[in-house]
Amino acid sequence: MTEAIATIALAGNPNAGKTTLFNALTGSRQHVGNYPGITVEKKEGFVDMPSGAVRVIDLPGTYSMTAYSQEELVARDFLVKERPQGIINVIDATSLERNLYLTVQFLELGIPVTLALNMVDALESKGIRIDSDRLADLMRLPVVRTVARSGLGVREALQAALTHPRKSWEPLSISYGPDLDPVLGEMTKLISGTGFLADTYPPRWLALKFLENDLVVRQLFEADYELHRRLRDMADEVARHCEKTLKTQPEFLIADYRYGYISSILRQGVLTVMPDLQGRADLSDKIDAVLTHQVAGPAIMLAILYGLFSVTFTLGEVPMGWVEAAFARLAELAGKMPPGLTRSLVIDGIIAGVGGVLGFVPLILIMFLGITFLEDSGYMARMAYMLDRVFRIFGLHGSSVVPFIISGGIPGGCAVPGVMAARTLRSPKEKLATLLTAPFMACGAKVPVFILLAAAFFPEHGARVMFLITLAGWAAALVAAKMMRSTIIRGPSTPFVMELPPYRMPTAMGLVLHTWERGWQYIRKAGTVILAIAVLIWAMMTFPGLPQEKAAPYEAEMSGIREQLQAETGEAARGELEASLAALELRLKEEALTHSLAGRLGQAIEPVTAWAGFDWRTNIALLGGIAAKEVIVSTLATAHSLSDAENSDFAGRIASAPGWNTSVAVSLMIFVLLYSPCFVTVVAIAREASWGWAAFSVVFNTAFAFALATATYQLGMSLGW
Amino acid sequence: MSTIVNLRQMRVDQRGIIKTVAAQGELGRRIRDMGLVPGTEVTVIGRAPLKDPVALRLKGFTLTLRNSEADFITVELPEDDLD
Repeated sequence: MTEAIATIALAGNPNAGKTTLFNALTGSRQHVGNYPGITVEKKEGFVDMPSGAVRVIDLPGTYSMTAYSQEELVARDFLVKERPQGIINVIDATSLERNLYLTVQFLELGIPVTLALNMVDALESKGIRIDSDRLADLMRLPVVRTVARSGLGVREALQAALTHPRKSWEPLSISYGPDLDPVLGEMTKLISGTGFLADTYPPRWLALKFLENDLVVRQLFEADYELHRRLRDMADEVARHCEKTLKTQPEFLIADYRYGYISSILRQGVLTVMPDLQGRADLSDKIDAVLTHQVAGPAIMLAILYGLFSVTFTLGEVPMGWVEAAFARLAELAGKMPPGLTRSLVIDGIIAGVGGVLGFVPLILIMFLGITFLEDSGYMARMAYMLDRVFRIFGLHGSSVVPFIISGGIPGGCAVPGVMAARTLRSPKEKLATLLTAPFMACGAKVPVFILLAAAFFPEHGARVMFLITLAGWAAALVAAKMMRSTIIRGPSTPFVMELPPYRMPTAMGLVLHTWERGWQYIRKAGTVILAIAVLIWAMMTFPGLPQEKAAPYEAEMSGIREQLQAETGEAARGELEASLAALELRLKEEALTHSLAGRLGQAIEPVTAWAGFDWRTNIALLGGIAAKEVIVSTLATAHSLSDAENSDFAGRIASAPGWNTSVAVSLMIFVLLYSPCFVTVVAIAREASWGWAAFSVVFNTAFAFALATATYQLGMSLGW
Repeated sequence: MSTIVNLRQMRVDQRGIIKTVAAQGELGRRIRDMGLVPGTEVTVIGRAPLKDPVALRLKGFTLTLRNSEADFITVELPEDDLD
């Protein structure tokens, strides 16, 4: 790894262009990881500057530095514990006042701050001019104008941060008014007198946080009982005083004064309004007038989702064909190997398993490109805004829509990045309900099952079946969320308070990077988990092999036919012999499968699964599907003694196979849609919530799915479907 | 003479100055962090299709909050806006 001469952190409000600036600075030399123990993303990269390589950390976007959210705590802990040389505070110039609220908190911490004044062009098009030199003078820090989208001023901002005039931490001290200033002074004196945490936090900052009721800071003080008691008494007294005289609390008074400090700076000639340009309606407002219109809004939203779905499948078909053809060619090559276990492992295990997954990669990438576009353009926030009222009925949050859609709310997503997208939900309860129900959506791995069954049993209505399945996924997710939120994860909803960022055309680089981050989750699955599962399932369906005494009668009969075949010359008789040979081979394969571990497992649970109409062959595929939904179709095909070459008429075969009818098909579609999340999703749930909840999702979803599938099957049978 | 109303009661396109913010705890914190402090000018710019949440314009950006959250905020309407 490169030896860095300095570490600079990027910080700022969400949507201020921080990540765009980070991408512009580091390009592809970046690495995305997690902060230890929690699921907040940690992005870091290296930038070559004239003086040497600089390590740049992209801190999570936050509006404040409280202890209320993980993101804010992470940003704060990083700054005080790792002590970077400085931060570049990315500011959206169009909402300067609110952005500076965070800046003031950085200054109070004392870290050298460089302002990257982003989107000045957008501000000026609104008819407001900003005097950045004046701002720099008044706040006594370097200010650099940037256009992160085009990379303008980006390196200059980093250079300014490296050559920041202040080398040490100097906390800013602003006035919090006659009610708080005296007690703040006393508390600061008390803390600095004891030297408590002196090398980590500035004493006045600690006093402020104490007054702000910051639970994390208050906990720190519990190490010193006497100090904690005295500070608490002082804080309680001033809180009582504020309540009595001002009907407010110190933490809110502090916020008011911070905003007061900012507006007193901005009033000193930082912003100039150019009257001739005033009154021009904001472009975003004009777009919102249509896109969030009471009637047109929801209609357009459905149209966009449907459009994204059909574009994905239309565009995705072509590259999907290429990948499938490539794997078919590979299987053909492997077919040249001598027959035996190894060939069977390569063709039926590895190529069928991994090929089935990779075939979906183009589709998933196109889908994620579309979703990322909706997210980066600002439209996803509007969807959360429009859907919040509906989602709240089910105990969810408007922002739950993002994980749902990524997981397959529009068929073709993947629950792994979907579950990870639930991170943006601040309330642990809503987040939990969201990530436990997101796997109900019709992810890309389940889609082939639906396509197969629809082709077999509803050949005329493929699109309608897909649509109904999608609706069923949403309905199940919402109903299950409601069930959980009114029983096991009961609790109040989180504040909605959310910014609607202005509409912006996403940058090509941002789109590619974000799409790739999500797509990679899926591809990695194919190379690791699915490869292992495919081999395991192959082994379970192959071993233990049929004992000699059982196989012998078949083999004897078959070699008898082969001898006859060599002697026979008549065309018709030859055909008959070949047919009976094929039938025998099929029966031998079936006998072997029945005898294998997978076959026995499938038969063992058949008495129960029969309630939902599933025979032991289906059970094998479903058991494999717990590991990865991708293997269901290929396992089902193998279980019906088919090789991949015959896959094309698999649908027709299923439709006429004994034990299959429309009731079975519908029941199976419902079961596959809803039952246990795949292994990789389970691991993702465990990481975002806990292993207990991950185990819960396996058991609950399977029971939920089985109950519904059984009900459907029994109803269907009684109606004679 | 000016009137003080609850934020929930404001119509789309109506403008006013925030008078009081009574929210406590995390909600109170979040509301203030986003700049909804007394003295701030806000304009209601829209409501979601089901009338809730509400979208506000303040300090140059757009903020949405639920009606139940808007209940904690009172707004002073300018004199020329009485009807």
